[in-house]
Formats: sequence, C-alpha cells, structure tokens
Amino acid sequence: MEIVIDTVSKAYGNTQALDEVSMSVSRGELFGLIGPDGAGKTTLMRILTSLLLPDKGRAELAGLDSRKDFKALRNILGYMPGRFSLYQDLSVEENLTFFASIFGEKFDPDFYLIRDIYAQLAPFKKRLAGRLSGGMKQKLALCCALIHKPRILILDEPTTGVDAVSRKEFWDMLSQLRQEQITTLVSTPYMDEAVRCDRVALIQAGKIMDINTPAGVVDSFKPELYSIATPHIYQTLLALKEYNDTYSVYPFGQVIHFIPTDASVSPHKVQDYLTKKGIEAVSITPALPNIEDCFMELMQDEHTNG
Amino acid sequence: MNRFTGFVKKEFLHIIRDKRTMLILFGIPIVQILLFGYVLTNEIKDANIAILDHSKDETTARITNKLLSSGYFRLQSTIESEQEIEDLLRSGKARLVIIFESNFKKSMIRDGTARMQIIADASDPNTANMLVSYANAIVADFSRGLMVGQALPIKVDQQVRMLYNEELKGVFMFVPGTMALILMLLSAMMTSISIAREKEQGTMEILLVSPLRPVQIVLGKVTPYIGMAFINALVIIALGVLVFGMPVRGSLILLMAESFLFICMALSLGIFISTMANSQQVAMFISVFALLLPTMLLSGFIFPVENMHWILQGISHIIPAKYYIIIVKNIMIKGAGFLFVWKETLVLVGMMALLLLASVKKFKTRLE
Repeated sequence: MEIVIDTVSKAYGNTQALDEVSMSVSRGELFGLIGPDGAGKTTLMRILTSLLLPDKGRAELAGLDSRKDFKALRNILGYMPGRFSLYQDLSVEENLTFFASIFGEKFDPDFYLIRDIYAQLAPFKKRLAGRLSGGMKQKLALCCALIHKPRILILDEPTTGVDAVSRKEFWDMLSQLRQEQITTLVSTPYMDEAVRCDRVALIQAGKIMDINTPAGVVDSFKPELYSIATPHIYQTLLALKEYNDTYSVYPFGQVIHFIPTDASVSPHKVQDYLTKKGIEAVSITPALPNIEDCFMELMQDEHTNG
Repeated sequence: MNRFTGFVKKEFLHIIRDKRTMLILFGIPIVQILLFGYVLTNEIKDANIAILDHSKDETTARITNKLLSSGYFRLQSTIESEQEIEDLLRSGKARLVIIFESNFKKSMIRDGTARMQIIADASDPNTANMLVSYANAIVADFSRGLMVGQALPIKVDQQVRMLYNEELKGVFMFVPGTMALILMLLSAMMTSISIAREKEQGTMEILLVSPLRPVQIVLGKVTPYIGMAFINALVIIALGVLVFGMPVRGSLILLMAESFLFICMALSLGIFISTMANSQQVAMFISVFALLLPTMLLSGFIFPVENMHWILQGISHIIPAKYYIIIVKNIMIKGAGFLFVWKETLVLVGMMALLLLASVKKFKTRLE
C-alpha cells in the first residue's frame, strides 16, 4: 500500500475535524476524496503532507511516517493546496523555475511529466501567474507540483472555481498521470468528478462514509429512484419535503430526484399528492441512479442515523 | 540550479516587481535623511535680538559686532529704553535682549568688570538656553581677547569647549540617528512583512512541503535585503558627507563593517517578528510600534539617554540602535578605531545571536 491512514483523529478546539479515519491507497491509484465543504478533506491532506500532526492515529506514505520521517517524505510529495498558492507576481516561467530549483532541479519544458500540460501554458509563459485564468492557474500549479517527479501527488480541490471545460481537461491530465505510476490523492466537492477516479472515499463530518470504486458505489445503491420533471421545481421540492413517504428529495440538474421511504410507494400516489397540493404538469419516471444519487443517499443516511 | 540561489533570485524578483517595496526601500531613506538634516536640526541660526546700549562706547560696539557676526543672531532693532523690552519679547519680534550698563568701557578699565544683562524669551526654554549660552560664549571669548597682553593677574577663566562638534552642528547628531532608524526599520520591517506574506498567500504551505530546510527559507528571504540595506547605508553616508558636510574621521571600512553587523542584527529581529506574525498587517504593526518609537525616543537619537528616568534608561539598554549610534558617532566624528567600539559591537553580536537562536527555535516546520 502506498498510502496507509490508520485511525487518524484531529480536533480544532471543540470541532472534531477527523474522527478515526482509516483508509489505504495503492501504488499508482487515482484516489478521490469526495465530500462537502468542511467535511475534513483539507485537514486529512494536511496531515498526509506532514503540515499537521494528528491527535491520534498515524499516516504512512511510501513507507514513511508523516510524523517521524517528515523530512524524507517532503522529498517525494507533490502538493497543491486548496487555495491558489503560487507567486502571483512571478511569471509562469519564473514560478516553474523557482519550484524546480527548490527541489534541486532545472526547469525543462520537455520533461515528460509536464510536457503535455506545459504545451498549453507555453503561449503565456511570460505572463504573471496572477493574471492567468482560473483553469490556467490550476494547470500551472499542477506543473509546479509535478516538476520534481513526485512519487505521491496530493491535490486539494484542484478544480474548485474552475470552468467546466478546464475541469474536464484537468481530469484528463490526472488520468494520464496514472500511467506514470504516480499515486494521486485528489479531493473535490463535485460528486460528478468521482467517476474519473479508480476508487473514491466519501467523507462527511470527519468520517469516511464509504470507500469503493465508482461502479461499486452505484451498484450498492438499493432504493427506488424517481426523476420528477416539472416547471414548478421549487414548489414541488417544498411540497415533497413535507410529504410523509419522502425519504429523500433534491434538485438534480433540470429535474428533481425523489427517493420514497419504501418500494411500495408508487409514482401515482406521489402524483396524487402533488395534485392535491395544487401542482400540475408533473411527470414521474423511474430513473437509474448515478454516483451523485449514491452520495446524496449516503449523506441522507448519516443525517437520519445521526 | 542551486536551491539557495534559486530562492534568492525569486526574492529579488518580488522586490523589483513591487513598486511600493522599491519606494520604501530607496525613496524613504533619502527623504528621511534630508528631512531630518534640514528641518529637525536643533541648531539656531539668525535669532532676532534687540540691543539696549546705555553706554554707546567702543567696547559695546565691538561686543555687538562680535555677536552679530557670529551667525547666530540678527539685529532686530536697537532700542533706547527699558519700557520697549517687554513689548519686543512679548510680540516675539526679538527672542533675546542684550543690555549694556552705562559707562561700560570706563568701569571695565576702572574696576576690571563691567556689567551687561541678557534677557531671553524663555517660553521655549530649550531655545532660550541655547541662545543664552551662545551669547555667553561669545562675550567670554571677547573678554579673553581683552586680557591678552595686559599685566593683570591671571584669573581662573571658565573654558568650555565643545569637543568634536565645536560648532554644535545638529546634523552630526541626526545622521547617525537617522542611519540607525532607517536601517532598523527597513531591515526588520521588510523581512518580517515578506515572510508574513508567504504565510498569508499560502505559498509558505508549499515551501514547507518541499525539501527546503527552515534555515534555507529564512536565509533566502533575508539575503536580498542585506544587499538592499547595505546600499542604503552607503547612500545615507554619502548624503551625510556630501550634503551636510559630515566628516568620516575614522575608517570607512570599519564603519561599513559595523553597519553590516547592525543590518544583520535588524534582519534577525525581522525574522523573529515574522515567527510571531501571521499576516502582513500584524508584522507591520509590530515593526512600527515595537521598533519605530523606541528607536526614535530611547536610543539617544533625539533625547539624550542620560536625562531619562531610570526606568527608561534601563529600557534603552535593550534598544539595539543605541549601540549602533554610539559606534557610528565614535567612528565618524571622533575617528575612533575598533578598540573604542568593541564593547558595543559585542552587544550587537550578542543580540543577533540571541534573536537568531530564538527564531530558529520558534520557526514552525508545520502549520500549527
């Protein structure tokens, strides 16, 4: 196992940021850490990068203990913090040169790990990093994190605040890195990105809810799922939230996804209820769950049980 | 590329890119030294005086000429009666009135003494003191001149000589003080701010998760500022010499070596401040309040340490600028060699070692 996290806990004052988190990632895996803001993703990543010490438990990366062997560990890590953390007053080229130099390397645009990414940045190499677009900034940050050929790459929400096209391009780059045997741990609040990973862990309120492959997550989805199409999305949502047979209801793109408390609740019954509430022109059809539904369901579980 | 040179190069780029930093680094020192040199000097030139001469003889005329040719005084008016004195002083037209008794020359020849009176406007006591002592010195000098060649018994004659700065030039006081102030503020403030900026912008996080050791980060940050501050020290000395006629009687090399030491001390202080400050604002705040005011007030720059309350005198011992000012004055004005400043030098070295040690201990290799 390339990354082993063993019952790691971390608290800030009274807030339990991580609660006995355990998981492991194998060599060359692209591992996603999915969860809403404040779930503990950043804290976990900072513990892995040796920036924070866990209150309890231990983490081991490439056989190095994050507490004892932090000096050796920092030689093999590539890290991209959640906030854009490059020098905004330096140009693209100067940033790359600097980050190469602190690892004792020379910046080489043809270096195989960054060649493809840098090709997109090259037209802007004289531009100050602060004047790049959001997507370009993240590509530059990824380049800087890769420049010393890290064994493990840790990326904290690299696609947050980036447009959809750039997000897709970014994930394409991560997929390519998998072939280089670089273990990548990436966190994201966007559930749709989970399908791009080999395995994902859903984290919420400092606890790991589920660890599985994206397909495995979808397969484990048990309940009935209905898609409700209506022009009155907001009223329908409100009405269904008050409905006795509602297990879970949430907007899903242009439609509403609805999970009844049990399979015996038929679409007709729901339709009747909505008609009584004065909401017409509703179409209810069974839907196939995708990964977001699974996460919504897992999070719903936590709410009802906790 | 070598890790360290890469870091220093990056730091130079930061400084050059930021116009505000450049302005602080090179604009402020020049403005400050000129301001202090021209405006804040405490010497007095061309003070208006009035003269009431009841005698109007040759001797009083000679004394009056000597006073007016000194450059300190300018004749506002000659008056005829005591009633006018009050009015002149109160209106501020004259700051000093000099009265010669009648038959001044005659009583001088007959009794060996003659009397004159000096009335000063003491609403500003410092100025009044200074004017009176200028006038006294000039008159004393005059009477010494009279005695030469006379067969009178030699009296014990008070002789005050202002050594090293015989003309009591204020600039001699202000150039070393300003040097200390500027080097202290620039070095400590700029380093503490630039380290705090790395923390604020999150880049420190990446630097920490890299093989760079804390010593490399800190030295990399500080090195460019050593160079900048050293250039500043040269500029200030050049301005002092060329514009204000400040002498450099001792060794210039020793002076620059001591300045280098002081800069390194101030940089260590800046590093120490940055271990406590997480934002640029806090760093700036600590630098200004913990450094600017004590350096100005307690270092002997503006007020002599000897006249302070004993508590403040005690505090002044931990103000690094105090020792640097002593060193600079000794070298520039008295022409002293290293043997005369080794104690102060040792104090600065000690302070620097202590601060560096504390900073390295406090520097966090993690985020908390």
